[in-house]
Amino acid sequence: MTRYRGNVEAVRSLIRETEVHRDVYIDEEVFQLEMEHLFANTWVYVGHESQVPNEGDYFGTTVGTQPILMVRHSDDTVRVLHNRCPHKGTRITTETCGNTGKFFRCPYHAWTFRTDGTLRQIPLAKGYENAKLEESHAGAGMNPVRHVHNYRGFVFAKLNDVGPGFEEFFGESLSSFDNMVDRSPAGKLEVAGGVLRYMHNCNWKMLVENQTDTCHPMVAHESSAGTAIEVWKNAPPGAKKPMAVEIYAPFMSPYDFFEKMGIRVWPNGHGHTGVHHSIHSNYSAIPGYFEKMVAAYGENRAKAILDENRHNTIYFPNLMIKGPIQLIRLFKPIAANKTLVESWTFRLVDAPDMLLERTLVYNRLINAPTSVVGHDDLEVYERAQEGLKVDANQWVNVGRLYDPSEQADVTAEDNGTTEWQMRNQFRAWSKFMTMSM
Amino acid sequence: MADAQSVSRLVEVHDHVDVTAVTAPTDQELIDFIVREARLIDQHRLDEWLDLFAEDGIYWLPLEWGQTDPKLTASLMYEDKLLLTIRIERLKGNRTFSQKPRSRCHHVLQTPQVDRRDEVNNEYVTWTPMHYVETRYDDQQLYAAWATHTLTAIDGALKIKLKRVDIVNCDAAFGNIQLFM
Repeated sequence: MTRYRGNVEAVRSLIRETEVHRDVYIDEEVFQLEMEHLFANTWVYVGHESQVPNEGDYFGTTVGTQPILMVRHSDDTVRVLHNRCPHKGTRITTETCGNTGKFFRCPYHAWTFRTDGTLRQIPLAKGYENAKLEESHAGAGMNPVRHVHNYRGFVFAKLNDVGPGFEEFFGESLSSFDNMVDRSPAGKLEVAGGVLRYMHNCNWKMLVENQTDTCHPMVAHESSAGTAIEVWKNAPPGAKKPMAVEIYAPFMSPYDFFEKMGIRVWPNGHGHTGVHHSIHSNYSAIPGYFEKMVAAYGENRAKAILDENRHNTIYFPNLMIKGPIQLIRLFKPIAANKTLVESWTFRLVDAPDMLLERTLVYNRLINAPTSVVGHDDLEVYERAQEGLKVDANQWVNVGRLYDPSEQADVTAEDNGTTEWQMRNQFRAWSKFMTMSM
Repeated sequence: MADAQSVSRLVEVHDHVDVTAVTAPTDQELIDFIVREARLIDQHRLDEWLDLFAEDGIYWLPLEWGQTDPKLTASLMYEDKLLLTIRIERLKGNRTFSQKPRSRCHHVLQTPQVDRRDEVNNEYVTWTPMHYVETRYDDQQLYAAWATHTLTAIDGALKIKLKRVDIVNCDAAFGNIQLFM
């Protein structure tokens, strides 16, 4: 049954001011439309340029559910190509990353393509003399993604021609990327440490909403962070608090802490928690780091960079970044009820290794399939995915601290426990879903 | 190669291994220790299991194939006794919703092989291929792995300095792994 395809009104009616219909989470047709419209009309994160430092280096990933690859071309720019052979459809790269040399070679019939996607050579090419190959899809080579932008090393792609340009789409929200990059004395990041991949049996948007849900940590994570605090109480007096306890404990901060941290929303569904402070504010200083920052930026600028402790920044639709600890999480949609979460970490070039070590401890304790905090969260997501099958109530509430004068697509700050950012995401969802219908 | 029946007999006989000898442990004592260690996990006797670790003992689940660096490369787990205690206490918690209902697990071990005996430094390394099953609700996951134990004798009892478990598909996208391999 087709309820939503081609029906702009039906799609829009899923989003109300303070509630959203369950079909945005559980309906396979809505999911399919998200892949065709939402993930094609918005700028979606692909990867970081440090993953492809040398000519011919490539990295394969997805935008929505479509395979793409990012490759360093011979002119040193990073290109993004649709990852299929134009001939029979074979995905060109299977290893996640590697070096392809001067060209890609399809393993099926040995067609070759330059790293900008153009067709280089076909065996027995004269067999196509009368086939008008140059006018065909196959003759066009591997299709490049038409809209690609590299912002300070972070590479984004937009599949469709419709939708705003990069700067217009992200606007002031790019300040969170700026802060992450500026935290390197060299102004440079490198992907480091490996990626944690965690499969979730729930809709991708549940994860995105959770990133700015500040009323859940002290409840859902009482079992993990609360236990960490209780166990640490048995430590001998005067014992130095370990990094792990410093990371766990702030999850149990009271409501007041989260109310005062503040939330900022930006147009097009972007926003962040931690305007004033965050769970990352009170980590111990890493020896030697501040001195390097002062040497690079001067004391005032160094302090300003390090005093910005944003918690979670959402880059709509499916990326979250943590500037203060150089960690990003990508929520990759697989099906309406299946999401792959990738958690990537970065080294601040020219900063002490201890910063990367702490980032990796955080990632392991919070974002791994073996993480107790992750277990707490996944449990509630999966219960929601199941509970939404109830017909008696088909709506999910996002009304906390709603003000009827609230506008779409504005920049604003509010109490840190507002669900404005969730509403902001769903307003953007409605806009980008229907933009190309 | 032990068949399933003989493994279970082994477990039965050596449930209460007493390594009180002042002399270096025999290979059989090392093997019995490994078998009992897995049994304690399967039987949810996690406080007893934790006691098998030396005070500075570490449980390591690498993320990377052939991983050598636990600090600047991500791991699934790299936990000292404090972090293991937090996990074990959490499993008992009344508000640990991801354990309602509880997970269960099951180890099948190949006979451990004693790879290295360093009696001078009181260090013994064993290698144990295994299958590990973790289950909750209707879901059951099978993991194939190799456990490498670095053991030492403290006050006559064997203790774990390092238990490293390399999962054959360590870099795959997993769902929850809530107990101990």
